[in-house]
Amino acid sequence: MIRTEGLAKTFTLHLRGGMQLPVFSGIDLTVHSGECVVLSGPSGAGKSTLMRSLYGNYRAGAGHIWIRHHGGMVDIAASEPRIVLAVRRETLVYVSQFLRVVPRVSTLDIVADEPITRGIAPDEARDMAGSLLLRLNIPRRMHGIPPATFSGGEQQRVNVARGFIAAHPILLLDEPTASLDAENRSVVVGMIQEAKARGTAVVAICHDADVRAAIADRLYPLSPAREAA
Amino acid sequence: MTAVPNGHDGLITARGLYLSFGAIPALVDVDIDLWPGEVLAVVGESGSGKTTLLNVLSGRVAPDAGAVLYTDPEGEQHDVHTMPAPALRTLHRSDWGFVHQDPKQNLRMNVSAGGNVGERLMARGARHYGTIRAEAIDWLTQVEIDADRVDDLPRTFSGGMLQRLQIARTLVTHPRLVFMDEPTGGLDVSVQARLLDLIRTLVARLGIAAVLVTHDIAVARLLAHRIAVMQRGRVVETGLTDQVLDDPQHAYTQLLVSSVLQV
Ligand SMILES: Nc1ncnc2c1ncn2[C@@H]1O[C@H](COP(=O)(O)OP(=O)(O)O)[C@@H](O)[C@H]1O
Ligand SMILES: Nc1ncnc2c1ncn2[C@@H]1O[C@H](COP(=O)(O)OP(=O)(O)O)[C@@H](O)[C@H]1O
Ligand SMILES: [Mg+2]
Ligand SMILES: [Mg+2]
Repeated sequence: MIRTEGLAKTFTLHLRGGMQLPVFSGIDLTVHSGECVVLSGPSGAGKSTLMRSLYGNYRAGAGHIWIRHHGGMVDIAASEPRIVLAVRRETLVYVSQFLRVVPRVSTLDIVADEPITRGIAPDEARDMAGSLLLRLNIPRRMHGIPPATFSGGEQQRVNVARGFIAAHPILLLDEPTASLDAENRSVVVGMIQEAKARGTAVVAICHDADVRAAIADRLYPLSPAREAA
Repeated sequence: MTAVPNGHDGLITARGLYLSFGAIPALVDVDIDLWPGEVLAVVGESGSGKTTLLNVLSGRVAPDAGAVLYTDPEGEQHDVHTMPAPALRTLHRSDWGFVHQDPKQNLRMNVSAGGNVGERLMARGARHYGTIRAEAIDWLTQVEIDADRVDDLPRTFSGGMLQRLQIARTLVTHPRLVFMDEPTGGLDVSVQARLLDLIRTLVARLGIAAVLVTHDIAVARLLAHRIAVMQRGRVVETGLTDQVLDDPQHAYTQLLVSSVLQV
């Protein structure tokens, strides 16, 4: 589902006199359908950077990111924006660490947005969104308000709901359980396991040993790159 | 492999645009591509050439060099700056729309709100009064203006309402392409949020392509699929919106992004 070849990323910090910050290079990562690979390594090792590169959010410095999309392979690292957007619309979901809220839009509508764009009737989409939010212990009285004022854990669950409603073949999860209590953690773990059983390829970042043990088929270790001059 | 369109089905293709006002180069070597249904934000600080670019793309101002091609729904390409003036006017009335920062540039202040919206339909050939009025009222409601304001003059409207009225007037004819110049500029923040939400929803629902000029990166983040960053008349960086804002490559883009708190 995902195959990277020689993927590399170096940031150039122009505001710091063009300082080069190499994060990783030579990444060959393959993830199959129904498999969960957990990116591991200390803070700053480049886990989030790698995940964002897979999503096309960060630009790859070198190499390829092959994504299975509609039976063909698309190289995210070399595709035009509208191809990347099409892949995100139908194939690739990214649950970021923090929810980026859209002003004025209710929690329910944020979650229902993806199925509506997919062509599902708005009422049905809102029903799907409602049940997913309830499963994640976001009570119905909160569905009608924008999540801007929610706690970190609540926002994270809204973010998770938004990612899982899509049921896309590839799921990228950056610390999806980091600010959740044990009960909600196990709800999310259950959702990840169901997604894998459906054949979803999952790449995850998570520090929690129990969560990791419950979802990971394999670890992909990253080590911090040397600082360049 | 996914089919990659061959470059001939772009809505707008601009190549090598150059324009100077005396010694000031307002556009230097600018290439722009816009695809059907795509929202492109043009960002950059004041004086970087954004409005000039919008005026050149929409045929309102001629460049010193370069060409702007528009592909009509039949797939025929037109050079915006060499096509006959009446044909360009027809384009502006039918396929295209223009949203100005100052709604008064577009609205007729001595004509009722409903008249402002209905007028565009009439210019396109609608004749039945009842239908025109009904559609005008429908559009006023879509932009969250009470139907009972339909006979009021725009002069009695607030700034945010005027902008929403301008949007209704522009979108009522279902243009394929809308040019927007700082559509939320000069409005209070709370009014801006409402307007942005409205533009976002309408543009997505109608599948409209847009070139959106803004100095506000948060506006670009919310509305645009793709961003072009301008500095001193040049496009210094272009790409997917979140990629350009989260992983800016050009020194100027890094400066622009770092000077905003949280977008
Ligand atoms: N947009 C960015 N611009 C510049 N440097 C970045 C950016 N994103 C991440 N980095 C840097 O890349 C390195 C890896 O960070 P990150 O991928 O967040 O690590 P991890 O997720 O493993 O903790 C860090 O040094 C971080 O500062
Ligand atoms: N009609 C004009 N006559 C002379 N100079 C102009 C005219 N229009 C724009 N300029 C100049 O061209 C440059 C770009 O302006 P403009 O396109 O309005 O920038 P922006 O919209 O990014 O603020 C500026 O230096 C501006 O002063
Ligand atoms: Mg991280
Ligand atoms: Mg301007």
